[in-house]
Amino acid sequence: MSTGILLQLAQTLLAILLAPLLMGWVNQCRAWLQGRSAPPITQPYRTLKKLFHKDAVIAHHASPLFRFAPYMIFACMALAAGIVPTIANDLPFSPAADVIALVGIFALARVFLALAAMDIGSAFGTLGARREMLVSFLAEPALLMVFFTASLISQSTQLPIIVQTLAHREFAIYPSLAFAAVAFWMISVAENARIPVDNPSTHLELTMIHEAMILEYSARHLALIEWAVALKLFTYSALGVALFLPWGIAAQGDVAALPLALLAMVAKLLLGGAVLAFLETISAKVRLFRAPEFLGTAFLLAVLGMLIHFLLEV
Amino acid sequence: MTNGFSSYFADPVQWAWAGVMFWLVLGFAALLLQGSQRLLTRLVFPLGALGALAIAGVGVAGMLLPVSTVVLPIGLPDLPFHLRLDALSAFFMVLLGGAAFGITVYASGYFRSMAAGPLALLALWYHLFLAGMVTVLLADDAYAFMVAWEVMALSSYFLVTTDHKIPEIRRAGFLYLLIAHVGAISLLLTFGVLQGGHGDYTFDTMRLAERTPFWASAAYLLALFGFGAKAGLVPMHVWLPEAHPAAPSPVSALMSGVMLKTAIYGLLRVTFDLLNIQIGWWGTLALALGLITALYGVIFAAVQSDMKRLLAWSSIENIGILLAAFGLTLIFYTDGKGALAALTLTAMLYHALNHAFFKGLLFVGTGSVLHATGERNMGRLGGLMRFMPWTAWLTLVGALAIAGLPPLNGFVSEWLLLQAFLLTPGLTQPYLNMVIPVAAAIVALAAALAAYVMVKFYGVVFLGQPRDPALHHAHEASWPERLGMLWLAAGCVLLGLFPTQVIVWLEPVVRMLTGQTLPSGSSWLLLTPVSAERASYAPLIFFAVVVGVLLLTILWVRRVYHGRVRRSDPWDCGYPEQDARMQDSAEGFGQPIRQIFEIFMRVERETPDPFSRSPRYHGASLDKLWFILYEPIARVAGWLSEQAGRLQHGRIQWYLIYSFATLIFLLVFTTR
Repeated sequence: MSTGILLQLAQTLLAILLAPLLMGWVNQCRAWLQGRSAPPITQPYRTLKKLFHKDAVIAHHASPLFRFAPYMIFACMALAAGIVPTIANDLPFSPAADVIALVGIFALARVFLALAAMDIGSAFGTLGARREMLVSFLAEPALLMVFFTASLISQSTQLPIIVQTLAHREFAIYPSLAFAAVAFWMISVAENARIPVDNPSTHLELTMIHEAMILEYSARHLALIEWAVALKLFTYSALGVALFLPWGIAAQGDVAALPLALLAMVAKLLLGGAVLAFLETISAKVRLFRAPEFLGTAFLLAVLGMLIHFLLEV
Repeated sequence: MTNGFSSYFADPVQWAWAGVMFWLVLGFAALLLQGSQRLLTRLVFPLGALGALAIAGVGVAGMLLPVSTVVLPIGLPDLPFHLRLDALSAFFMVLLGGAAFGITVYASGYFRSMAAGPLALLALWYHLFLAGMVTVLLADDAYAFMVAWEVMALSSYFLVTTDHKIPEIRRAGFLYLLIAHVGAISLLLTFGVLQGGHGDYTFDTMRLAERTPFWASAAYLLALFGFGAKAGLVPMHVWLPEAHPAAPSPVSALMSGVMLKTAIYGLLRVTFDLLNIQIGWWGTLALALGLITALYGVIFAAVQSDMKRLLAWSSIENIGILLAAFGLTLIFYTDGKGALAALTLTAMLYHALNHAFFKGLLFVGTGSVLHATGERNMGRLGGLMRFMPWTAWLTLVGALAIAGLPPLNGFVSEWLLLQAFLLTPGLTQPYLNMVIPVAAAIVALAAALAAYVMVKFYGVVFLGQPRDPALHHAHEASWPERLGMLWLAAGCVLLGLFPTQVIVWLEPVVRMLTGQTLPSGSSWLLLTPVSAERASYAPLIFFAVVVGVLLLTILWVRRVYHGRVRRSDPWDCGYPEQDARMQDSAEGFGQPIRQIFEIFMRVERETPDPFSRSPRYHGASLDKLWFILYEPIARVAGWLSEQAGRLQHGRIQWYLIYSFATLIFLLVFTTR
C-alpha cells in the first residue's frame, strides 16, 4: 500500500513535470516536418517560466470566477493525470474515480474554462466558449463510448483493471477495439485543440476555438492554463497508450519492472507525439461546421465499436 | 373520532395526515390575514416551510418503520379515504419535504413585493398545492388519489395564472389545465381497468386482482399516458415550456422539482405495486419514449432565450432520463435480473431526488434575477455575478450539478445509470443487447448537451457585461431567498458527497419494488454498487484531492512567484470599440445546436432590411410538434364544435323538437 501511494505520487508528479516536454516534442517534430528550424524541446518550460514572472493583467470587471478558473482547470488536469496508469498499474487513488469520473473531470475543467471565457464579455471569449461546447458535446459522449467498449471487454470501469485485462489478454484481434481506437484518435485531436478541428498556433479570429477562450488571460493564469493544456495532451496520450498499447506496463507490486515500464512509456509517447505531428502536417483544418461531422463520425465509430462487441465478442 | 386522539396520531401515516391538515389550515388562515402582508410573508410562509420539514421528517421515519395505514371517514358516506404510508410514499415525501422547505423559505422572501390581497389567495393555493401533493403520495384508493390529484392540478393551475391579467399567462394556464385533465381522464380509465369489475377501488383489492396480460397492458399504457401528460413526456410536453415561465418562480420550482415527480411516483406505484404482472416490452417502450424525451428536451433547451423556458425544457430532459431509467428497470426486472433492476431503480430514485434539489435551486435563482432586473429574456441580462454574488455563486452550484459534473449530485445518478447500462450483456432478449448500447449513447449525448445548456444559461445571465445599463442597479436577493437557495445548494453538495449513505437509505424502497437490494460492499467512503473490481467512485476523496491540489497550486504560485495583478480594459484581440452587445446573445449561443438539429424545429427568422433606420432582428425556434400534432387536433376539434354549433339556433321550438326526438329515440331503442 505504501509503495502504492509513493508510486501514485511519483507518477502524478512525473506527469505534471514531463507534460510540457511532450508538448515541446510535438512542436519540434512539427517544425521539422514543415521544414522550419525547430525550437528546443524545452521551449514550453521557458514560456511557463516567463509567464510566471510577469504581472497578471486582468480586465476591470473580471469576476472572482475568472481568477479562480485557471487553478481549478490545473487541479482537474493534475487529478486526471493521477488516475491514468502510465508506468505502473498500482494506483491507490484510482478506486476513487473510474473512467466515467475521468470523463467528468475533463468536463469539469472544460465548463470552468468556458465560463471563464464568457466572464469578460468580449466577443471572442463567448465565441470560443460556444465553439468549445459545440466540439465537446459530441466528443464527450464519444469518449464515454470508447471507454464503455473497453470496460465491456474487461468487465470493469476502473482504469487499472481495464489496463491489466487488456495488457494480459491473449493476443487476439478485437474488432471493437479497432473501432474504438480510431474514434479515440479523432476525439483526442478535437479535445486537445489540434488540427483538423482547431489549430493550436492560430490567432486568426475566424478559426480559433481554444485560443479564443484564453485570450484575456495573462501571466501566471495563462501559465497555469498552458500547463493544464500540456497535461491534457499528456493524459490523453497516456490514455491512448494504456487502452490500445498497454504492453510493458508494470503490474501491481512489481517494482523491478518499473525502469523498463518507464522506458516503454517514453518510447510510446515519443512515437505518438511524432505521429500526431505528422498527421497535423498532412491535414488541413476543417471549417467549423465540418467539426460536428468529424466528431459525429467519431461518435458513430465509438458506438459501432460497442455494438460490434455485443455482436461478435460476448 | 371514536378511537380517541392518541391512536389517531400513533402511526407515521397519521403524522403525515396531520401535516396535510396543518397546511390546509394554514392556507385558509392566510385568507383571514388578507390585510397584513407582513404576517403573510413573515408568518404563514415560514410556518409552511416548517410543515415541509416535518413532512420530510415523517418521510424519513416512514422509510424505517413498517407500513402504516389509516381509513379516514371523509368524502362520500360509503367511500372513505384510505391512506397508506409505505417506503415508496415515504421516499417521495422526503423529496417533497426537502425541496419544498428550501423553496418555501425562499418564497417568504420572494413574495414580499406582492400586494397583500392577491398574496393571501396565493398562499391558500400554495399550501393547498403542497397538501394535494402529499395526499397523492398517501392515497391508498383510487378515489382519494383522484381527489388529491385534482386538488394538485387545480391549485397549481391557479398558481400558474397568478398574473392572470396577462393574456399569454391565461393561455399558458389553459393549456396546462387542458393537458392535466386529458391525463386525469386517462388515469381514471387506468383505475377503471385496474379494479377489474369488482367495483372496489381500494389499492388493496387492485393488488390482489388477477389480470390477463391484455388488461394489464391496457392499464399500463393508460397509466403511461396519464402520468406522462403530467410529467411532460414527449409529445405531451407542450404545457411545460408555457406554464413554468408563467408561474411565479417558487411555484415553477415546486412544479418542476416536485410535482413532476408525483407523476413518476404514480407510474412506479401502478407498474410495480398495483399491477402484479409486468411484461418486457413495457420497459422497451418506456426506455424509447424516455430517450426521445431526453434528447428532444435538451435540444430545445439549448435554443431558448427565455431563462425559465430553458429550465422548463431542461426539466423535460430530466423527466426523459428518469423514464429511461424506469424502462431499463422494467427490462431488467422482467428478465429476472433482480440485482440489476435494483441498481437501475436506485439510479432513478437518486436522480429524482437530485432533480428536485438542483432544478428547484435554478428556478428560484431565476426568480431572484427576475426580481432584481424585471427581465426573463437572457438577451437583456448579463454580468449579474458582480451585482448579485450570492445568487450567482449558489446558482453556479445548481448549474454544475445539473450538468452532471463531479463531485456534485447530478454526477452520482448519471454514474449509477451508466453503470447499469454497462452491465447489460447477458440479457435473454438478443435485440435488447443491440438496443441498450445505443440507449447508453443517447443518455451520454443528452448529458453532454446538458452541459452546453448550462454553460449557456449561466454564462449569458451571470457572466460577461450587462447587456442593459439598467442592470447596474440590480440588487441582491433578500436574506430568506438566500437562505432558501443555500438549503437547496447544500442538498446538491451533500447528495453528491455522500452517495453511499443515500443509497443505503434508499434500500427499503428498492427492496419493496424489486425484491432485491444492491450488494452491501460499499464502505462509507467508497461507492461500489456492484463489486469493488467492477466499479467504484469516492466523491469525498475526489473532492478532497481537487481541493488539495487547488490549495497547493495557489500556495505554490504565491510563494514561488508573486500575486501581483494589474487591472486594465479587456484586451479582446486589441479591438478598440467593443461593447456589451457584441457578446453572444442567447440565440447566438444556441445557434450551432439550432443548425445541427434544425429538423426538429420550425425556425422563424425575420431579418432587417439593410436600409432600415431601426433594424430589428427576430428569430424563434418553435417546436415542430405543435404544428404536426397539436394544430391538426385543434383544427379537428374546432371543426367538430362548429358542426355541433349548427344544431344550436337559439330558437326554443327547435330545442323542443330535439328533446322530443331524443325521447322517441330512447323509447324505441332502449325499452324492451
